[in-house]
Amino acid sequence: MTRFRLPAPESCERPRKHSSISRGWIGRLTFLFTFLTLALPHLAMAHDFSAGDIKIDHPWVRATPTGAKVAGGYVTIENFGNKPDRLISATMEASKQVELHEMSLTDGVMRMRGLPTGILVPAGGRIEMKPGGFHIMFLDLQRQLRQGEKVAGTLIFERAGIVQIEFQVDAIGALGSASGGHQH
Amino acid sequence: MQTLKIIRYAAWAMVAGLIFLTAAIVLGWWRVDGPSRAPTNGGIEIKGLPQIGGPFTLVNHHGKTVTDKDFLGKPTLVFFGFTFCPDVCPTTLFETTTRLQKLGAEARDLQVLFITADPERDTPEQLALYLQSFDPRIVGLTGTQEQVDAAVLAYKAYAKKVPSEGGGYTVDHTASVFLMDRNGRFMGLIDYHEQEASALAKMRRLIAK
Repeated sequence: MTRFRLPAPESCERPRKHSSISRGWIGRLTFLFTFLTLALPHLAMAHDFSAGDIKIDHPWVRATPTGAKVAGGYVTIENFGNKPDRLISATMEASKQVELHEMSLTDGVMRMRGLPTGILVPAGGRIEMKPGGFHIMFLDLQRQLRQGEKVAGTLIFERAGIVQIEFQVDAIGALGSASGGHQH
Repeated sequence: MQTLKIIRYAAWAMVAGLIFLTAAIVLGWWRVDGPSRAPTNGGIEIKGLPQIGGPFTLVNHHGKTVTDKDFLGKPTLVFFGFTFCPDVCPTTLFETTTRLQKLGAEARDLQVLFITADPERDTPEQLALYLQSFDPRIVGLTGTQEQVDAAVLAYKAYAKKVPSEGGGYTVDHTASVFLMDRNGRFMGLIDYHEQEASALAKMRRLIAK
């Protein structure tokens, strides 16, 4: 749960993102109202993790058909630091092998390529893994992944190290991050 | 007398012009809107045979050898994929399943063939297991590498084995769905990113043929 504190008037000394609208009660109420309106739907579905400068939003895997030996995992990574980082690997309980892949669809042909040097997350940048682009390829799957369950896993960064996360299992036909509302 | 002659010629010329004009209008109507207009059905009509699709011999997910002849007489959707595919293949199978549900009784004649591009790992048993998660009308097809290669070639599709870092491999393949009519003639494609309404319209048009 994200803890939220209203900025006190003294905090104006420190430059804060929202300090300009926090003057007076009306401003504070407006800010609170805006914050709640914008943040509540997100908080209700909050499924994010962080480690140092790295914020990880809604890690999910596609539910798998019976007998499937692979599963595609997706996550959005934000780097708030001033140094680039690199996602070099990942793990998920239920999978014994993992690769980072990039998928492309050109001229009607689906191609998948390994990314042996990982996925760069630039300083101040954001990487959104989603169907049709980057994915974490979980191989040698030990069991079927069913929609709605959560599966423990980790993301491994060159700089931020190992981050414990939970992959949410979304529908077989899911097309994107549920928390971002990018359902097509 | 000279004047009368000119008037007579002019009159005949006008009659000839009028006949020509009337004939042109009637002929135009006849061909564009009249009895001899091309059947359009609101879509693109393929004239002639584009030679997509053709003879194949494969093994279905019940282990039975089948050929293209077994699927003639009913409209058919054909697509390529493999069960070690994390993204495109389960999505296409899932979308096809929901489209079959949406079409309901309309689609009772429709056949769906999922031809593996990876016969090495996709045995009939593996396909049978995998297809349990989708519409039971979907038929999985595999075979020897040569049989699958021949089917890929017949459909002018693309499938290529690519080694991956972990010592395994993945398969690049055509992601579109082929629409084949009752006579095994190619009628068009559903693109991977096709809008839902358009995909359903194409399926309806295929069924109505």
